[in-house]
Amino acid sequence: MSDIKYNKPLPVHDPLTKPYWDHAKTHRLAVQICDECSDIHFPPSPVCPACLSENQSWKVASGHGTLLTWARFHRAYWDAYKSTVPYEVCVVKLEEGPLIVSNFLGAAPQDLYTGMPLKAVFEDVTDEVTLVRFVKNDEV
Amino acid sequence: MSMNALKKKIAVVGVGTTEYGNFPEQSDYSLAAHAFKNALEDSGLEKQQIDGMVCCRIPYYVRMGAILGINPKWTVQLPPHGRMSGMSIIEAMMALECGAATHVALLYANIGRSRRVNYGGEENVGFWDPWGMTSPGAAHALMFRLHMERFGTTTRQLAEVSVAFRKNAMLNPSAVMNKPMSIEDHEEARRIVEPLGLLDYCLINDGAVCIILSTADRAKDLKKPPVLISGVGSQEAFTDSSISNFSQNFWYDELQSVSKEVFGMAGVQHSDIDLFLPYDNFSPTVLFSLEGMGFCAQGESGAFVENGTLAYDGNLPSNTDGGHLSNSYMQGWGLNVEAVRQIRGECGARQIPNCSVAQYVSATPCCRSIIYTRD
Repeated sequence: MSDIKYNKPLPVHDPLTKPYWDHAKTHRLAVQICDECSDIHFPPSPVCPACLSENQSWKVASGHGTLLTWARFHRAYWDAYKSTVPYEVCVVKLEEGPLIVSNFLGAAPQDLYTGMPLKAVFEDVTDEVTLVRFVKNDEV
Repeated sequence: MSMNALKKKIAVVGVGTTEYGNFPEQSDYSLAAHAFKNALEDSGLEKQQIDGMVCCRIPYYVRMGAILGINPKWTVQLPPHGRMSGMSIIEAMMALECGAATHVALLYANIGRSRRVNYGGEENVGFWDPWGMTSPGAAHALMFRLHMERFGTTTRQLAEVSVAFRKNAMLNPSAVMNKPMSIEDHEEARRIVEPLGLLDYCLINDGAVCIILSTADRAKDLKKPPVLISGVGSQEAFTDSSISNFSQNFWYDELQSVSKEVFGMAGVQHSDIDLFLPYDNFSPTVLFSLEGMGFCAQGESGAFVENGTLAYDGNLPSNTDGGHLSNSYMQGWGLNVEAVRQIRGECGARQIPNCSVAQYVSATPCCRSIIYTRD
């Protein structure tokens, strides 16, 4: 659901990361893949960090991954988070390899563990921006 | 590759610090000038003899030189990151050895307390902000949670770091924090980014440090006995840095490489280290440093620090000035000064008897270690 009052941090406009956000808006989690050596990396890079090729594409990821670690913010570094704290941030290891920072939904902190299977869900926080978040993947 | 050719070629000949605290009436430049004056006095050099300058966290090197009235032959400005302290010292060593300069003043100033620096949020925009991820402290909270998950480390074990450094700070008259701290105090402190709480976070205070380096042969004729740089080790971890200040293996491999290099170059063993000086921006970094340098195996640092190991009277005296957690947030610079003062025997109540070997280490995306020796 879009929310005209959404005042939390939004992505910085950047040609390099725009395809990621465009994919997210259509509810797909995309990572960068090198056309030359097939290295998969994220966040995107202007050249492939493995072979330095400038020929880079975007690959829609499975949306599956595992929980690496998490932390619970009690401090609001942005004013808009004052009514949200405490909230959790997590690091997810995607099936395709890259680590991404996200949030998980619907799990109590005491139930979390490193290696917990996760799957991506999509939250349209504004008309323009969709955030990829994660829930426990019970099918694994 | 190593820098073995520089073993004992470079010496610290002067150190100077300011008071530490909240100084809204001061500037970066005024604090740095004060530290410079103290370091010059400590070294016995005249300011005209300073022909090399390294500026760190100082806005503009030209203005700094103008204020000090010096025209060096060699100048470097490095960004205001804590990891730059060890890096600056190693840069200056190379400049001295190749003859680019004969006496280098390294200047660092921090005015973050009185200017209300936050280290997160709008001050420090990053790719992961839309998920609410920000601040170096949060990256360390993520790493410590992973350490807990992988090795069973507890927050009570982590408390040992902050408690030991506070105990040390209480013997340091210039330390910002001087009230006793217990493990319970640590456990009950306000949570900032869990699993870390207030007492796992470094201080934010104003102050400045100046260190003067010279070649060891020139150092012999100066005011105080030189403190020699016997070993250095370096390894970056850039390719594992997609999340700022986060490493999924606690920089262990990089630190192991640094450890091999620094101990090998200095020709000392772990048992020779009289004083250990790990960069303690957040308490978990100390655990990562102990493991990476090989004082204990990976995953065993929680047990290693139990029962006051790191206090001035413990088995491995560490950050005897109180470190960043309890003395002063001088981003590694203060720890390198403590190495020099302990080896000279200038530390009063917190003096380690016959301290002759001290090791600095920073566990960051730029891992560095420096071993200082008296002989």
